[in-house]
Amino acid sequence: MTDDHQLRVSKIRNGTVIDHVAAGQALNVLAILGIDGTSGEAVSVGMNVPSDRLGRKDIVKVEGRELSQSEVDVLSLIAPAASINIVRDYDVVEKNRVVRPDAVASIISCPNRNCISNADEPIQSRFTVLSDGVRCDYCETIVREDEVAANLDVN
Amino acid sequence: MRQDHLISASHLSREDIEAVLDRAADIDADPAAFRQRHAGKVLGLCFFEPSTRTRMSFDSAMKRLGGQTVDMGPVESSSVKKGETLADTVRVVEGYADALVLRHPSEGAATMAAEFVDVPLVNAGDGAGQHPSQTLLDLYTIRENAGLDDLTIGIMGDLKYGRTVHSLAEALTNFDASQHFISPESLRLPRNVRYDLHASGAQVREHTELDEVLPELDVLYVTRIQRERFPDENEYRKVAGQYQIDSETLDAASDDLTIMHPLPRVDEISPDIDDTDHATYFEQAHNGIPVRMALLDILLSQDR
Repeated sequence: MTDDHQLRVSKIRNGTVIDHVAAGQALNVLAILGIDGTSGEAVSVGMNVPSDRLGRKDIVKVEGRELSQSEVDVLSLIAPAASINIVRDYDVVEKNRVVRPDAVASIISCPNRNCISNADEPIQSRFTVLSDGVRCDYCETIVREDEVAANLDVN
Repeated sequence: MRQDHLISASHLSREDIEAVLDRAADIDADPAAFRQRHAGKVLGLCFFEPSTRTRMSFDSAMKRLGGQTVDMGPVESSSVKKGETLADTVRVVEGYADALVLRHPSEGAATMAAEFVDVPLVNAGDGAGQHPSQTLLDLYTIRENAGLDDLTIGIMGDLKYGRTVHSLAEALTNFDASQHFISPESLRLPRNVRYDLHASGAQVREHTELDEVLPELDVLYVTRIQRERFPDENEYRKVAGQYQIDSETLDAASDDLTIMHPLPRVDEISPDIDDTDHATYFEQAHNGIPVRMALLDILLSQDR
């Protein structure tokens, strides 16, 4: 099915295709990866594209950049079904799923306003990844999986 | 203890807890033997929030071990007022002391501070987070009065913001204790404590009425419901009134019921209970000395 649907977003020659992103999360994916277009790479985004597996999905293509596994693993928190395709000369040479990391830093801000990580201290936010959410290493607040996207700290 | 710091009760094993309680019992039995134990050592007291008994009992405990204390004093007159970060403050003060005691209004403050210092650090309360040294004296009191295994305990009041509650509940998972939590709906245990209790396989039951569970309790641990947790005075009065106890309430309780409270209390325990055999809260407060002496003794004696 993908051939037809992927045509909605132009093919890339070299780079990374992040497919099967939960619908509505494409811009969060770019934000987490720190991709905002300022470094010149061509970026295509498809949102709410029909998908057999997800019903609707988002898709992100980044030209000229091969994202490493550790770079994309944080995406598992907002797009657990995402697949990562490394493309060279129009061919997919590598296809991986995102793997949940044990911990994430500086990606999520703690929703507890009284947490020390939200004060003006020389530390980064840091969360331990649980099976169904993440937990602040400082105040121990648990952010459920469905609340992670609302608490991204990527600006 | 395996770690250099005491930050959260969730880090404590049964062995850690028993080591402190056993040492506290030794101190209780023969305080003179510990009088010069830490002569020449200095304990730094950093209280960013008002405290009377915790500050005084750490001060007293250190002096009874032969040591001395340096106190940051009130926040209003310190460099914190000039905008210094907590990370800087503790890095400076660790140069003045062999161990630090920290109380701070933000959750996670002690965890962060411990990342910046090499001397042992005790969390003496971080916002609505944890208060593990209080828990050690609570456990000592429970062990003396009811025993820590085969225990049925009711913990009542503000379970959401009550840091003594969070620490006690997590520490009790190391023992054969059945825990009952009694509170208004709006002040139930926070998600993270509930998660830890379930993960440890602890027996946990939640109630909105004390009557449901009072007759089976060995220990009733009462905490204060604070006015500022409620949107208006009426709502507060209505709710708080349901979680006050007096001698009449106790008609339904076991004769051996031990009543505890981390203090200060306002009106959640009527003074007519003070003279009964149930009242254990003043003994509990006094246990702060041997238990904090034991904790400091262990932390200051470690080869680091």
